[in-house]
Amino acid sequence: MSQAATEIVRISAHPGPAPGLGLNREFQVCKLVDTTTCIGCKACEVACLEWNGYKFSETTFDNSYQTMPETAWNYWNLIKFNEHEREDGSLMLLMRKDQCMHCVEPGCLEACPADGAIVQYANGIVDFQEANCIGCGYCMTGCPFNIPKFSPEARKVFKCTLCNDRVSVGLEPACIKTCPTGCLHFGTKSEMKELAETRAAQLREHSGFADAGVYDPEGVGGTHVIYVLHDAKNPELYGGLPKDPHVPISVKLWKEPLKWLGSLAMVGGVVGLVWHYMRFGPKKEEPIKPDEGKRA
Amino acid sequence: MTSGAIPRPTTAGEDMIPRYTLGERVNHWIGALAYIYLLITGLAFWSPYLFWMAVIVGGGTTARFWHPIFGLVFFFSVCRTYWEWRGDMKIDDADRAWSKAIGHYIENEDDKLPPVGRFNFGQKSFFWGIFYGVILLLLSGVVLWFTEYVPWELRYLRYAAILVHASVALITIGLFLIHVYMSAIMEEGSFASMIHGKVTRAWAWTFHRTWYDKVSGRSSSN
Repeated sequence: MSQAATEIVRISAHPGPAPGLGLNREFQVCKLVDTTTCIGCKACEVACLEWNGYKFSETTFDNSYQTMPETAWNYWNLIKFNEHEREDGSLMLLMRKDQCMHCVEPGCLEACPADGAIVQYANGIVDFQEANCIGCGYCMTGCPFNIPKFSPEARKVFKCTLCNDRVSVGLEPACIKTCPTGCLHFGTKSEMKELAETRAAQLREHSGFADAGVYDPEGVGGTHVIYVLHDAKNPELYGGLPKDPHVPISVKLWKEPLKWLGSLAMVGGVVGLVWHYMRFGPKKEEPIKPDEGKRA
Repeated sequence: MTSGAIPRPTTAGEDMIPRYTLGERVNHWIGALAYIYLLITGLAFWSPYLFWMAVIVGGGTTARFWHPIFGLVFFFSVCRTYWEWRGDMKIDDADRAWSKAIGHYIENEDDKLPPVGRFNFGQKSFFWGIFYGVILLLLSGVVLWFTEYVPWELRYLRYAAILVHASVALITIGLFLIHVYMSAIMEEGSFASMIHGKVTRAWAWTFHRTWYDKVSGRSSSN
């Protein structure tokens, strides 16, 4: 990361490219989840709890292998199961590891009103700083993936950190370390994207999944967690993965035009009132004219 | 009528008539203080440049905890005001005539205005703006208060709530600014009347002549 400060991207009045550009190793990290080789063992769920020190929560049985309906403030990693009947009548048990996607354009961060409660590191990790969190829950409204969860005990919001504490000292996230099938990979964004595309091509060409593809949604500028899906055209099948996620339009409207118009209107209002007072002055009561019963 | 032991700078020694009951005044100031708290904390959540406002009232977490509770206080204060004043706040033909001549009011040519009752059209507009505003703020505010209980399937409620809450709050801020300016700065005697509950006869005659005629017994009609 420190190399980024010395790596020059553009130089003024310089003929040709910047010397040394692109020689440094990319430091944008990425988690690759290959749903086609996940066996739903939930070792990643356990590893996540172990590393982050949370208690084992009560599970909910809903005629499925899924541990609980959705992630919780103290349960950041959940395998979502879906029994999917394909057009030819065959059954597929779809499993997807659900966690924070670490968006390039994070809706949580955009919606957050608390200074320093959510940060995005240069390596792409979006992390909550609970000490600065005020517990308003706006991040929950900003997130298109339903990830940030409110803790009534702490009155703050929590989510997957992509094991920022591990990654910053050169370790892979706990879920990656524990995965027994190798369906989870961790590396730079470009390496993971390449690996994912290779796997998707393999699925298309050799395994009969014509719609296999990589999920790295454009709507949020891409994500630092990407999926390989058998059916990239229907991501909703995988436990409600949104097809075209984006920061909600109301959050955009609220944070951009409304904020500026509103602030301008408030300042304008105060200026207008001061102007009025200087132009017309105070209203004073007049002495009663006793003869006058009615006016106008 | 004599003035009491407490000095009343704007009204000392004058012949006063009652305008607001003690209950109305206490309720007004409960609502006013609640609104000021809501304004400070709400502006803190509104813009990062104003987040320091949350710091002066105990920090962001504290502000987030109390904002909805003070919101309920404000709501109930407005409800009580509605219950007491709903009759006085009906907009009638006299108000419509007054609203057509509002330019004279803005330019302090009050003698050219048609007479009005206890409240003028501007005050009534303010009241109804706050009344409907607080209902929308409450509905959207409950969604924001308990975001974690709004199911993901109903997330459109969350999306609507953040826009409605901010937009309506802005409208009430506009109304609030005008209200404070008119009553505390511009129209002399108004602020004192919300403290002591009384106005001078001349004040009532100048600004609310129909009401003055009624309470002073000058008017034969109604």
